[in-house]
This record gives sequence, structure tokens and C-alpha cells, in this order.
Amino acid sequence: MTTQRNGVLFHSDPAKKEVVLDVRNLRIHYETPRGSVIAVNGISFKVYRGEIVGLVGESGCGKTTAAMGILQLVQSPGRILGGEIRINDKNLLDLSEQQLRERRWRDLALIPQGAMNSLNPVMKVREQIADAITTHEGSQPKNKLKQRILDLFGLVGLPARVYDQYPHELSGGMKQRVCIAMAIALSPPLIIADEPTSALDVVVQRVIAQTLLDVKNRLGVSMILIGHDMGLQAQLVNRIIVMYAGNIVEVTPVGPAFEKPLHPYTQLLIASIPSIKERKPLKITEGITHDLRNPPPGCIFQFRCPYVKDVCLKVVPPLLEEEPEHFVACHLYAKEGQEV
Amino acid sequence: MSTPLLEIRNATKIYGGGFLQSGEKVVALQDFSMTIPDKPAVITTIAGESGSGKTTLASTILGFIGLTSGQILYKGKDIANLKGTDLLGYRRQVQAVFQDPYEVYNPFYRVKHIYDMVVSHLNLASSKAEARELIEQSLHVVGLRGEEVLEKYPHQLSGGQRQRIMVARAYMMKPSLIVADEPVSAVDASLRAMILDVMIRLRDEAGISFLYITHDLSTAYQIGDNIYVLYQGGIAERGRTVNVIENPKHPYVQMLINSVPVPDPKVKWTTQLEGVADESLRATVGGGCRFYSRCPSRMDRCAKTRPPLYEIQDADQQAACYLYEK
Repeated sequence: MTTQRNGVLFHSDPAKKEVVLDVRNLRIHYETPRGSVIAVNGISFKVYRGEIVGLVGESGCGKTTAAMGILQLVQSPGRILGGEIRINDKNLLDLSEQQLRERRWRDLALIPQGAMNSLNPVMKVREQIADAITTHEGSQPKNKLKQRILDLFGLVGLPARVYDQYPHELSGGMKQRVCIAMAIALSPPLIIADEPTSALDVVVQRVIAQTLLDVKNRLGVSMILIGHDMGLQAQLVNRIIVMYAGNIVEVTPVGPAFEKPLHPYTQLLIASIPSIKERKPLKITEGITHDLRNPPPGCIFQFRCPYVKDVCLKVVPPLLEEEPEHFVACHLYAKEGQEV
Repeated sequence: MSTPLLEIRNATKIYGGGFLQSGEKVVALQDFSMTIPDKPAVITTIAGESGSGKTTLASTILGFIGLTSGQILYKGKDIANLKGTDLLGYRRQVQAVFQDPYEVYNPFYRVKHIYDMVVSHLNLASSKAEARELIEQSLHVVGLRGEEVLEKYPHQLSGGQRQRIMVARAYMMKPSLIVADEPVSAVDASLRAMILDVMIRLRDEAGISFLYITHDLSTAYQIGDNIYVLYQGGIAERGRTVNVIENPKHPYVQMLINSVPVPDPKVKWTTQLEGVADESLRATVGGGCRFYSRCPSRMDRCAKTRPPLYEIQDADQQAACYLYEK
């Protein structure tokens, strides 16, 4: 599929995988008086062109911190300790703040958590979108800019009247769509959406989810969709990355994630989804996450894992490809004769 | 029929329009009626989106705010007129569990303090040993042990533990009704089931009824007995939970249930939804059906008069929609 917009060509060919984002060994800590909280513990993953990757895990597992790390918007006391974030063969961590500002909206855009509260209440919608465009591309003829903004509205299903309105005149769903329009304004190859539909009711959530899919299909952009709603993930994403306590425990195509999850934590996550189709007994699990300042030696899931073995208490399981494209970090899947 | 445990008659709550009637009025709850039977204990779900009036309902039942009109009867007595020991009795028998298990704690006190307060305020025990016994027993019901949690500070506990401690606190007073306002929405998915299970066990083993207030239809389906689905302060549909979720009648409830994302990548949303451009439109007092602007099967009369609840045949179920007029 080839789409043309704003003079930029996008190709999306599932057979040929082009890497848009390559994160390598990213480490982010939050410094506290009583030691560092290890929020992101050396995670590595790739995002390919035209796919939606889900980043899931419970609150506090580091998924939002990881996303903020990619954008280098980690707030103090958070600090990126190391790693590489490569886009177009350039490591974002090597860039200066000035260079970063230029790349940010152009190379990757963010739809923040609670995006509807991120709009400026005293600026009209058109000014805010125009602002994002002119900051990066310089001033442009007014009528050209207007046409471009209206085109963006068309893409996200907003009526033209929004152009002259203030954020408070819009509903939550419409504000969210304004944020999506802003995110795609400069045609970035990658968009990070942090819980884009939380705080919206389910009907509006569905409309927004469909808008995101539509945008992805038409523009061929890649997305990282952060969230804990597994239902929404099932509907939208191509691949899922499961995080637990700052570590990636499983990376899998969406099908196996629900049919045959490998990591005990992913299994737990899938089993605990309440269904609206079938009334079934509740699956109860006990457990508490360890203190993130003092991770135990060995596997980070050992305190909650039902299959914990001796080796899990000593050795950190590596993330290995158990099945094609399906990676898991768990000693249960250690191969015969393999050193663990 | 015996006197119901809780009966709400035509409850209406209007916010605003205060000083010289200049402000804009917001109808949070309109003509809402509900009955929770005395026996056996049941879990009654109030489901609705943000702004549907479900938290307003909880606040009126707990006596935090008064109604604009209508009555709330507890065992046949209007709670607005309760005084002295009756009022104290009501406060003891109707307990609450709130949404955010992080904010209900005072971070300076150990967990034990919460229980000690309750014991001393309500004179639940005559000696320290007896108090301890009572506390242990309550914690046991929610699957916790005293030595695990009592001497700890709130920040040392997980969200699931905090929420269970709150349920145990409510249970200790041997209430007949617990109002649980979104008790699991701030708890991680993997720990949610545990709290829901405690609710089911308290219903079955201790005979405590629950008013389970939620926006999440999936959990409502898993544990509820009866359900009331609210839309902008009014009942859209009510009935047995299983019937309403499996076979919704009201167009709003149908839209709601079809929009819940199915956690199975093979089952995709089948239809495209029409854009709901003015989804925040909120009807003012009076007028017609509140769902009119979004309803796919609206009729002219819906804009003029509000439909009452109509019985659905062969099911203990009612929907506020002219489609079901006989």
C-alpha cells in the first residue's frame, strides 16, 4: 500500500520489515533518598513500519516511563542511565536539546495520557495546531495552513467548525481527536499513544480506537500503544510487549499473546481479563511486587510466580525466541542442555 | 412482602442554580427508584459512564448530600429524618468502600489505627483482647493476617491489600449493606478478581448486600445479581444482570455492550460506529429522552416526552424506551 500526503510517500509492506525505532538496553532510574527505583531495567525492542505495538503491564511497571524515555521527556528525579534510542540510524540520546526539539514532533509524536487536558484552554484549536506546524516548518501562507489543518480534521473525523473553537467547547472524545490530529500534523513515522482512551466512556473509546486504526492504515505510520486494557489491545495491535517491574518479560504477535501466552505473568494477565461474553469463576492470585529499589537476584517475577524453581531465585532469565517472533524471559522454556 | 432493606423512591438531585437561580442547573439524578430486598443478600450493580449520576447516588445513600426531591428509605424509615441512635445505627449498618485505596488512608498512622478507631467509636469490644480477636477475624474474611498488615504503614502495602483492608473495616461493623463505589478500578487487573471474590463471599457467607457502582460492564457481569444502567441521571434499563448484559433492550445499553472491546484478536468490532460528534450533549431538566441525540432508532415523540420504564416480556427486566411500549 502506498499513500501520498504532504508530498511524502509512505510504503507499508508487511513482508519487508523496515525498522522505525530501535531501542537498545534503555535504563531509567528514579533517584530517591533511599536508593534508586529501577523503573526501566535495560529494555530492548524494535518497532517496524506500519505496525501497532502494544506496551502492556500493570501500573508502575515502567511502561509510561519507557515511553517518556524514548521521547526524552523523563521528569526529574528520573534519569536515563544508558542505552540507545535509534531512529533513522541516529541515536536520540546523542542529540543536543536543540536538535531534539527539532526532531521530536517530526520523527515521533506523542498522544499523552489524559491528552484532552494537554490542550491550552485559552488558544483556539486552529492556533494550537498551526503552532505545532509553524514551529517546525516555519511560517506558511495562511490559506495553505488552513487547508492543511482542515485536511487533518478530515483524517480524524472532526467537523470543520472545530477550527474556530476553544477546547472547552469540545467533548472529551473530540479533544482527543484534536490531539491525534496534532500528532499526525508533521507526518511522523512513529506515534506513541499513552492510554489514549482512558477516561473516555466505552462508546467514545471505540470511536477513538477506530480513528487511530484508520489513521494508521491511511498514513502507514507506526504506533506504540501503551495501555492495560487487554480488550483494546486485542482490537488494535499487531504485536504486544509485556513489561513487569521494569523488564520486558514477553514479546509476541497479538494472536499467541491471547491464545498461548508463555510467560507466567502474561498468562496471569490474560486469565484475569473479565469477560462480557461468558460468566466464569474468578481467578484469584495473590502476591505483591518486590521493592523496586531492591530487585531480588534472579527472575523479577519470582514472588508471584506459581512455577518458581531454584534457578529462578539465582539467575536472571534471558529474553529468548521460543517460537518464531515470540520471545519470552522465563526459565520454564530453557532448552535441553542449555546453560541456565 | 417484607420491608425492603433499601428503597429509593423518585430520587432527584439537581446541582447548581443556586444564588438567585443564576447558575446553570445540572440534573445529576432524575426520578430514580430502586429496591434492594432484605433477604437474601444480593449484589446490585449501578452501571454508567462518567456523569451518569452513579457517584451522586452513592453520596445520597451514604448521607453525604441530601436529595432535591424523593426519598431514601432504609428498612422503611426515611434516612433524611433519622436522628440520634437511629442515625448512628444507620451509619453502622451501611458502610462504604471507595474507589481509590491510596487516598483513603492517613499516611501518618499505621493500619491498626483504622481499626482501633472503629472499635472505640462504636464500642465494639470490651477489652483489648476482644478487640484484637474481632480485628483478626475481619482480616481473615478478606484473606489477610493481622501480623502481616496491622503494624504497617499504608505505603508499605499493595493496592489490593489496601482495598481489602477497607473491606475488612466495613465488615467489622457487621453491616447489612456496603456501598462500593468503583472498588476495583484503581487496582491492577491481576488483583481485581481477589477483591470481587471477597464481595461474593461476604454476600454468601455473611449475608451482606452490596451496591456495586462501576463503569465496567465486564466485572458487573461477572459478579452482579441485579443491574441498573444509568444514562445521564435516569435509568435506561434495569433487570437481572445476566439478562441485561446478554440481551440488552435499550438502544443505549446495546451500544454500550457492543462497544466493550473483546479480549480476543480474532473477534474484531464488526460495525463502524457513526461519529458521535456531540457526545457530551447533556439534556436539561424535563424534555424528552436523554439519549435522543445519539439514538439510532429515535422517533419524534422521544424528543418531547421522556419514556417511562416498560416491562420486557418474560424477563424480570425493564427498559426506558418507547420501542417496548405495549
